[in-house]
Amino acid sequence: MKKEILLDEMGRRKFLNWFLGTSVGAFLVAVFYPVSRYLIPPRVEESTSRGVTLSLKPADIKPNSGQIFRFGSQPGIIVRTPAGELRAFSAVCTHLACIVQYRADLGHIWCACHNGHFDLNGKNIAGPPPKPLEQYVVNTRGEQIFVGKGS
Amino acid sequence: MSERVAEAMASKEGHGKLWLWLDERIGLSELEKVAKKKEVPVHRHTLWYYFGGMTLFLFVIQLATGTLLLFYYRPSAEEAYESVQFLMTEVEFGWLIRSIHAWAANLMILTLFIHFFSVFLLKTYRAPRELTWLSGVALMGLALTFGFTGYLLPWNELALFATRVGTEIPGVLPGIGSFLRRLLRGGDDVTGATLTRFYGIHVAVLPGITLLLLGLHLFLVQKHGMSVPANLKEHEKNQPPMPFFPNFLLRDIVGWLTALAVLAALAAYYPAELGLKADAFKPAPVGIKPEWYFMFMFQTLKMLPSYVLGIEGELLGVVGFGLGGLFLALVPFLDRRSAAGKSGKLFTWIGISILGYMILLTFIGYSVSPMR
Amino acid sequence: MTAMDRAKGYIGKPQGQQIIQVCGRCHSDARFMRQYNPSLRVDQVTEYYTSVHGQRLNERADAKVATCVSCHAAHSIRAPSDPRSTVHPLRVAETCGGCHANAEYMEPYKIPTDQLPKYKKSVHWKLMSVKGDLSAPTCNDCHGNHGAAPPGISWVGNVCGQCHAQNSELFNGSSHAKVFVKMGIPGCAACHGNHDVTETEDEMLGLGNGAVCTGCHSSGDKGGETALAMRQLIDSLNAEYVRTHGVLSKAEHAGMPVNQALFELNEAKTALVKARAAIHAFNVDAVKKEVTPGLAIVQKAYARGLRALDELQFRRKGLAVSVVIIVAVIAGLVLKIRQIERKQARK
Repeated sequence: MKKEILLDEMGRRKFLNWFLGTSVGAFLVAVFYPVSRYLIPPRVEESTSRGVTLSLKPADIKPNSGQIFRFGSQPGIIVRTPAGELRAFSAVCTHLACIVQYRADLGHIWCACHNGHFDLNGKNIAGPPPKPLEQYVVNTRGEQIFVGKGS
Repeated sequence: MSERVAEAMASKEGHGKLWLWLDERIGLSELEKVAKKKEVPVHRHTLWYYFGGMTLFLFVIQLATGTLLLFYYRPSAEEAYESVQFLMTEVEFGWLIRSIHAWAANLMILTLFIHFFSVFLLKTYRAPRELTWLSGVALMGLALTFGFTGYLLPWNELALFATRVGTEIPGVLPGIGSFLRRLLRGGDDVTGATLTRFYGIHVAVLPGITLLLLGLHLFLVQKHGMSVPANLKEHEKNQPPMPFFPNFLLRDIVGWLTALAVLAALAAYYPAELGLKADAFKPAPVGIKPEWYFMFMFQTLKMLPSYVLGIEGELLGVVGFGLGGLFLALVPFLDRRSAAGKSGKLFTWIGISILGYMILLTFIGYSVSPMR
Repeated sequence: MTAMDRAKGYIGKPQGQQIIQVCGRCHSDARFMRQYNPSLRVDQVTEYYTSVHGQRLNERADAKVATCVSCHAAHSIRAPSDPRSTVHPLRVAETCGGCHANAEYMEPYKIPTDQLPKYKKSVHWKLMSVKGDLSAPTCNDCHGNHGAAPPGISWVGNVCGQCHAQNSELFNGSSHAKVFVKMGIPGCAACHGNHDVTETEDEMLGLGNGAVCTGCHSSGDKGGETALAMRQLIDSLNAEYVRTHGVLSKAEHAGMPVNQALFELNEAKTALVKARAAIHAFNVDAVKKEVTPGLAIVQKAYARGLRALDELQFRRKGLAVSVVIIVAVIAGLVLKIRQIERKQARK
């Protein structure tokens, strides 16, 4: 009888050790899997709210035209002045937060909601907007346009 | 065979080649001898013995998740918020690491408070454990400072205002007040300079001091063993103690794993929030509150009248808390009865009153309408 | 008594036209005013005589009409930009209402006196008083201040179009413009009211309850059909927008980051605003032009929202798996503790 009890116990011990070992193993995987994925750098290497590289090429923006782009989580507008210079601003109208647009016929930025006008320096020149549009810094490197917040 | 040789042979029994190799170089068998002797008393207050280890476990979690966060966090006013946002959205499991770090901080301070009050009420600070108590009180101060400095790092609205209010407080002290405030803030107001300063304190200064004090604290606990509460009846003290290895430690690990499961659930269901980026020119949002572990102090200061006997209420409050901290540190020396080995009710009641006051003021702080 | 000698030029309390002359003595003199504020206008008196007030004063010596001192408090005159001034944007309505809301005072003129209470209900007043947007219109922005007169039927749209340029332009190019003038209908005010201009709602479009089109149109005529079609387009975009907003809010509330999707939803909101403006062309194609790209954008945002909710489910499943593993380890440990302690007890 004693031998049977001993064998039973040996079996139970073996099972418990196996069970404990396997679950601890699973636990370690559950810890180290997220940690290793975390350490691998993501595809987009840096945050886009300090600055973005536009998907547009400099040649895509003709003089006296403007286009909306995404800056972080807000819309921005990139404009090429009639003189040929690239400028970028926040596209959020300072009146009631509609998205502004470039009007080639006016040669400056305009908000359709309540007829607000902004000049090519972002300054509010007519209509209800109380403040100028925030201006961003534009840098071109070859075929890439980089827009960032000024320091 | 001589006793020593027999002993040496016995200690090598049941160990593999690797252990033997390390033993020759590190002296593992000596450590094993010491470890096997470590015992934990068994009685109705044994439960409280687990909370120190739990706090230690959570601290280790903080070290690990904090180090991981260092890989992506950027400590400047221009980039901090964005880097945390990036971490939460673009980095795989970034939300998990950050949320665990945020929740474990709160959980650690909770277990620390439980550990502190259990030690206080069970009078574990009696001789020869006064230094353990002192290092413990210092560690508690360090933990709160960890919480305060870490809170600013995401550079969001709530953190900016909480830090402004928090760093104003030492400013009320006469004479050195404004110097202290400037020292803390890295300037006159809370700015990017404050952020960088707090970052240095949070990731380098505090961990360094903490590890040293923790080392001392743990060494002292080892040296003096676990204290048995003085007010236990004789028959309660007679139960055989539990070996630390493996019995108590395995139970410890069960507790730690439970805490880990709780942390994972909190991270998944209540991930850390980010809110809006700090804007120094915006007015304070309505109803700003400090973290829960500072609430009782915050509420006390709010409730003090502007002037008490000609002294500014706030100054009185700050000095009061300073004296309170000093009192806590000196408890082992002030509790004459426990020092003499007798059981006394005075300090038990003092402890319960402090605990009651903290709970009551915290509750009031959260139930008061922010408009008042 | 030479101090108050009229022959020597003493005026006493100026009355009627005298007031205009006394104020105009300086304020119409460009060379004089230049010394104080070169950018101030100097044509107030000229304008005044084109106003209803000025004409009645001139032609009928009506002593009840407003003169300079009626609006610009005689002795405590302050610049319009001063919040204490009676002609500060936030106080203009009360100043005009001083006469125009007083039924007893206005009785001989047989014109309505409900403009002030109506204006107080309007979205323009709400924007100014609650939101603090001082660019919102008050009495003088639509009626003129010194040349105050109600806008003529054909030019109500021009007045509203000072701010609502898009809507005004579309309206002027639409079939309604000429018809309204011919029928003597006052343009924008016909559907939107004049003093009590409230926030627009989609219910105003179509043939249902609360629709303004039913004033002239019914389901039998082409106008009614157009109204219904435009309403349906707007509703479809709005419904998609609301649905997507719900999904994104749910995801955000659960802690999922949805910045990109919210950005796209913002673009959809812009499309919705443009579509609602396009109604004023009273032409289904004009509305469709805005709604179609809007629907594409909102559907993309919706897809992102669904992906965020999927990720949320993934996190919760991951959590469940982790908790199961941890519970298994705990169970193993508890059994192990029991096993060890049984062995220890036996020794």
